Amino acid sequence: MRTENQKAWFFVLPVLILVAFNALVPMMTVVNYSVQETFGDNLFFWQGLDWFEQILRSERFQAALGRQFLFTAIILLIEVPLGIIIALSMPRKGFWVPVCLVLMALPMLIPWNVVGAMWNIFALPKIGMLGYFINDVLGIRYDMTQDPLAAWITVIVMDVWHWTSLVVLLCYAGLVSIPDAYYQAAKIDGASPWSVFRYIQLPKMKTVLTIAILLRFMDSFNIYTEPFVLTGGGPGNSTTLLSIDLVKIALGQFDLGPAAAMSLIYFAITLLVSWVFYVVMTKDDQK
Amino acid sequence: MRKRSIIPIVYIIFLMLPIYWLVSMSFKTTNEILAGFSLFPQTFTVDSYVAIFTDPTWYWGYINSILYVSLNTVLSVAVALPAAYAFSRYRFLGDKQLFFWLLTNRMAPAAVFALPFFQLYSSIGLFDTHLAVALAHTLFNVPLAVWILEGFMRGIPKELDETAYVDGYSFPRFFVTIFLPNIKAGVGVAAFFCFMFSWVEMLLAKTLTAVEAKPIAAVMTRTASSAGYELGLLAAAGTLTIIPGAIVIWFVRNYIARGFALGRV
Repeated sequence: MRTENQKAWFFVLPVLILVAFNALVPMMTVVNYSVQETFGDNLFFWQGLDWFEQILRSERFQAALGRQFLFTAIILLIEVPLGIIIALSMPRKGFWVPVCLVLMALPMLIPWNVVGAMWNIFALPKIGMLGYFINDVLGIRYDMTQDPLAAWITVIVMDVWHWTSLVVLLCYAGLVSIPDAYYQAAKIDGASPWSVFRYIQLPKMKTVLTIAILLRFMDSFNIYTEPFVLTGGGPGNSTTLLSIDLVKIALGQFDLGPAAAMSLIYFAITLLVSWVFYVVMTKDDQK
Repeated sequence: MRKRSIIPIVYIIFLMLPIYWLVSMSFKTTNEILAGFSLFPQTFTVDSYVAIFTDPTWYWGYINSILYVSLNTVLSVAVALPAAYAFSRYRFLGDKQLFFWLLTNRMAPAAVFALPFFQLYSSIGLFDTHLAVALAHTLFNVPLAVWILEGFMRGIPKELDETAYVDGYSFPRFFVTIFLPNIKAGVGVAAFFCFMFSWVEMLLAKTLTAVEAKPIAAVMTRTASSAGYELGLLAAAGTLTIIPGAIVIWFVRNYIARGFALGRV
C-alpha cells in the first residue's frame, strides 16, 4: 500500500524542474508567437486568434492533417495485427528467444535519418535491392520519386519494417507472463486455438497492447525524420505529413506565427486522440 | 522445428534485407554501387571505413553522439530514480496529475519544439554543447524512465523498506545498498530505452548543434550534399551507427521484453 506523504514532492522535484524547464519555456514561446505578428527586430504586434483561424481554414493544413490521419490509421491497422501474429508464433523459451529479440529490436536502434537514407537507396530503381527486384525481376514499374502511390507504399513499408518489432516485443512480454497451467486447462476443456487466443492470450496482452497502440499512435502521428529523408515529402506534396509541413513553415519560410499556431493545434490533436484511445481501451477496467 | 516458426523467420529475413543491403554497400566502391545491381561486393574494399576512421570530422561525429547520449542516459536515470520511488511508494497531492503531465511530454512532436529549443538554449549560452542536446532529450526520456522504473519498483514489497529502517539504515544508504540492487534489471531497461531514443533522435540534436557537438547524422547530411553522392561512404557511416545500439541491446536482451510489460498505463 502506498502511504500519504507530502514530502514525496522532494523526490519528484528534480524531474519536475528538468521537464518543466524543457516543456514549459518552449511551450510558452510557442504560445507567444501564436498570438502575435512580427516583422523582425523583436517587434511584436498583438494578433489574437487570427493565426489559428487562418491555419484551421487553410486547405494546405487540412490536406496535411488528412494525410497524417490516413498514414497513422494504415500504420496501426498493419502493425498491430502483424505484431500480435508474430508474437504468438514466437518460441517461448530456448536458445532462439534472445537471438530473435535482438534481431527484431535492431531496426529500432538505427538513427532515424539513417533509416530514411537506407530505405531511399534500397528503393532506388536499378541500384537498390528493392527497386531492382520490383522493376527488373517482377517487371513492375516502380519509382517513388515519380509515383505518389509508390512513395506512400514505400513510406508505409519502411515504418512497418522500423516499428512492428515494438508491438512484437510488448505482446511477447505479455504472452510469456501467462502461466502454463492456463494452457493445460484450455487443452483439457478442448478449447480451439481461436478461443485460447480470445479468452486467455488477448486479455493477458491487454495492458501491453494498450501501451503498444498508444506509443505507435504518438510516434507515427509525430513522425518527421524518416519520411522526410526518404521522400522529402514528395512527389509534389503527396507524402508531406503534418510534421514535415510544420518544419517547412517554421524553418523554411520562417512564418513563426502560423507555425506556432499550427504547433499548438497539432499538439492538442495528439493529446486529444491519445486520451480518447486511453479511455476507450481502459474503460472495462473501471467497471 | 514447428510449422509456425516460419512466421518469425520470414519476418526476421524481411528486417535483415535492408540492413544487409546497407552493410554490403559499405564494402563496395561508389562506382560499383552506381554501376548497377550486384548482390555481393564485386571488388571488396574497406576504403570507406578507412576514410571515416582517419577523418576527424567523421569520427568526432560519433564521439559527439556517444557523449551526449551517455550524458542524457545518466541524467535521465539519475533524476528518474527518486521520482519513480516517490510514485511507487507514496500518495501525495497531485501525484496522478503529475504522472499524466509527465507522459504528455512524450506526445509532443519534436518538430514543435525545434525552434523554441534553439532559442532557449542559445539564450542560456548552451547552444552547440553536448549538455544542450542531453538536456533537450530529457524531455521525452525522463517521463519514459520514470514510467519504466516505477513499474519495476512497484514489484518490490514495501516490507523491504520497513525492515531496513528497523535495522537502522538511513534512507540514502538503504536506497543505494539495498534498493538499487533489487531493481538492477529495471535500471538496465530504463537506461537502454533512454540510450535508444536519444541515439535515434536527430531533429533536436541537429537543431541544437553547429560545430563543436555536431552529431554523426549532421556530418552525414553535410557529406551527402557537399561531396556529391558518396554512397559507399554514407553506407559505411550508416553501418557504424547500428553498432552501438546492437552492443547495448545484447546486454539487456533478457530484460527488454519485461521493461514495458511492467510499466503501468
